[in-house]
Amino acid sequence: MLQEESDLSLVIAQIVQKLKGSNLYAQLERQAWACLQRPEIRLESLKEDIKEFFKISGWEKKLQNAVYSELNVYPLPSHPSAPPEHLKEPLVYMRKAQGSWEKRILKSLNSMCTELSIPLARKRPVGEQKELLNKWNEMGTDEPDLSLFRPVYAPKDFLEVLINLRNPNYENGDSLSFRTHLGLIQVPLKVKDIPELKECFVELGLTTGQLGIDDSTQVPPELFENEHVRIGQKVLVQQDSAAAQQYIRQGSPTALRAELWALILNISSQPEDVKLTASNDDYYFVFEDYLYQVLLCFSRDTSVLGHFAYNSASPPKSYIRGKLGLEEYAVFYPPNGVIPFHGFSMYVAPLCFLYHEPYKLYQIFREMYVRFFFRLHSISSHPSGIVSLCLLFETLLQTYLPQLFYHLREIGAQPLRISFKWMVRAFSGYLATDQLLLLWDRILGYNSLEILAVLAAAVFAFRAVNLMEVTSLAAAEAVLADLSTLKVMPLLQIFLFATVT
Amino acid sequence: MSGLLVPCHVKSTVALKVGDMRTSQGRPDVLVVDVTFPNVAPFELQEIMFKNYYTAFLSICVPQHTPLHTPSKWVTCLRDYCLMPDPHSEEGAQEYVSLFKHQMLCDMTRVLELRLILQQPSPLWLSFTVEEAQIYQQGPKSPSLTFPKWLSHPVSNEQPVPSLEGLPDPRVSSEVQQIWALTEMFRASHSYTRMGRFDMDGCYDLNLLSYT
Repeated sequence: MLQEESDLSLVIAQIVQKLKGSNLYAQLERQAWACLQRPEIRLESLKEDIKEFFKISGWEKKLQNAVYSELNVYPLPSHPSAPPEHLKEPLVYMRKAQGSWEKRILKSLNSMCTELSIPLARKRPVGEQKELLNKWNEMGTDEPDLSLFRPVYAPKDFLEVLINLRNPNYENGDSLSFRTHLGLIQVPLKVKDIPELKECFVELGLTTGQLGIDDSTQVPPELFENEHVRIGQKVLVQQDSAAAQQYIRQGSPTALRAELWALILNISSQPEDVKLTASNDDYYFVFEDYLYQVLLCFSRDTSVLGHFAYNSASPPKSYIRGKLGLEEYAVFYPPNGVIPFHGFSMYVAPLCFLYHEPYKLYQIFREMYVRFFFRLHSISSHPSGIVSLCLLFETLLQTYLPQLFYHLREIGAQPLRISFKWMVRAFSGYLATDQLLLLWDRILGYNSLEILAVLAAAVFAFRAVNLMEVTSLAAAEAVLADLSTLKVMPLLQIFLFATVT
Repeated sequence: MSGLLVPCHVKSTVALKVGDMRTSQGRPDVLVVDVTFPNVAPFELQEIMFKNYYTAFLSICVPQHTPLHTPSKWVTCLRDYCLMPDPHSEEGAQEYVSLFKHQMLCDMTRVLELRLILQQPSPLWLSFTVEEAQIYQQGPKSPSLTFPKWLSHPVSNEQPVPSLEGLPDPRVSSEVQQIWALTEMFRASHSYTRMGRFDMDGCYDLNLLSYT
C-alpha cells in the first residue's frame, strides 16, 4: 500500500514538473488571476470557486488533456536509483549497440564533410539569406546542388545492424533449441502472440464497426457510419483527448481527422512561436515546398531535444569552431539532435493531406515524431521500438504461417528483408494515402506501433499463395512490390480475428 | 531509498546443484548469496535495493533468533518474488528493484544476516545475479516523509479523530509536501533542453561532430 502511494506520488511529481514549464501553466495562472474579478468568486471559498470556474470554462478539461498527454508520452518514472540512461534504455547491450551505430553515423557525416571540404554548419552570408527569404515558398523547385551528397544512411544499413544485435548473456549457440528463432532478429525480447494481440486490439474485432470496412459503398451508412460520425462530432465538442483516443480506434471520418489528431496529440490551436528562419506569408501550396519548410524548421527546433530523455539515441554534439572540448561552447548538431536518413520526409508527406496551415502541420509532425516515429530508427527494447516490431513480425510469421516462412527462408528470401522498409517508414509511400491514414488512426488510438508489424504479417498472409510459388528473393520482392491496392482494415481483421490458429 | 544505508558485505555466490557438479550438464539454476553486516548491531530492515541481472525469482531468508549455542534456523521472509514475468525474455532482466519491510513475511526488526536465493529456470541465459545490493535501515523520521500514526499502523482499533469543520486534512498536507519535494528533485535533474541553445551568441560555425 505504501509502495503504491509512493509510486503515485512520483508520477504526480514528474507530471507537475513537466507541466510547470508549459504554456498551459502560464495560461492557467493568468486565468486564475483574471477570474478574481468575477462576482461568483468569494474570498472564503477561493480555492473551490476557482476550481469550479476552471471546470465550467473548459480549462480543467485542457489540464486533463495535458496530463493525459504526459502519461501517454513519458514512460513512468523508474526506480529513484536508476541513472538517466536507464530511462532511455534499460538493457546495457542495447545502449552500447545504439552508441556504436551513432558513432558510425557521425564518422560517415564527418568524412563526407572532410571529403567535400565543407564545414558542418556556418552562418549564411547576407546575400544568401535574402535569397532564401525570397524563395522560401518555392524551395522545392530550386534546390542547391546536392548531387555530391550521399544520404547519411539508408534503412537497409540499419537492418544489418539490427541483424547483428546480440545479447552477450544469451545462449547464441548453433544447436537448435526450443527457442530457436529462424528469422533475422536474434534477441529475446518479449513480443505478443495472436491471443494477446486480439486482447490488445479488441476494437478491431469482427463484431465492432470499423471505418475502412463498414463504410464501404455496399454497406448502408445507417448501420454504422452515420452514428460513428455523430459520436466523433460529439467528442470534438467535448474536447476530451482520452475519449478521442478511444474513439479513433474504430477509425476517423475524413472530415474530422485533422481535428481529432490535433486533440489526441494535444496540439493547441494557437500558433506557437517556432523558430522559423523566414516568414510564412501567402504561399503557393505545393507539397515539395511544404516538406522542405517543415523539415528545415524541424532540424532547428531545440524543443525536440526533450524527447531524448526517453529515446535510446542521443543527440550528436559539436563545438563552436576553435573551441573544441570547451563545454561552454558545446552545441547539438543539428540543433534538434535528429540526423535524418534516406526517406525521412515520408513521415511528413501524408500529413500534408490533412493540414494546410504550416504551423499546424509542423506541430502535428513534431508531436508524431517525438511520440512514435523516433522509435523506428533507434535501437531499443521498447515494445514499439523497431527491434521489437521486427521480432513481432518474424514471430507471427514463424508461428502462424510456418510453411510460408520456411519456404521463403529456404529460397534466401528472409521475410524481414522485404517488410523492414515498410515498417521503418510506417508504410508511408507504400499504401494508398486513405489507407495509410486509417492505419495511422490506429497508431494514435492504441498509442503503439505494433500494428505495423501485424499489418506486415497480414500482407504476407494475404499473398501467401503467390509467395509459395516463388523461387528467389527478387521474385518474392516482385510479388510484394505493389501494396497500393491493399485495404488495410480487412487484412488486419482477418489476420487477427478470422484466421484459424 | 528511505532510511540509512547499512554497510554490508556480499559474499560470493554459491550455486546449488543436485548430484556431482563436475559431471552434470547444464548451468546451475539456483544461486545463494549471503549478505552479512560486519561490525553492525542487529538492526530494523527498511529496504533492500539492487539491480537485477537476469534473475527470474528471488527468495530471501533471515536467521531466526535462537538461544546461543544452537544452530540458527533460517526463516523465509520473501518467497519466489517474480523479477522477470517471462524467464525466457528480456522483460525485467536489468531493472532496479526495491523491496520494503511491509512486503516481508516475517519480523525484520533485528536483522543480523540475509540470505538471497536467486532462481533462473530458463536455460537460455549464460549467467544471472543481482548487483549493487544496498540495505537500508530505519532512518530518523523527517517531517515530510512520515505518515500519521493511524495510517502506518492499521491494526489498531481506534477510530481516527474526526477532523473539525473547515480545517484542512493534515494527511493531505503531508502528502502534498512529499510531492512538492519530489517535484524539486526532478527540477534539478539533467535535461537536454537546458543545453539546447540554438547557437552561441549568434555563432553556429561548426567543423566536425564530436565522438565523445
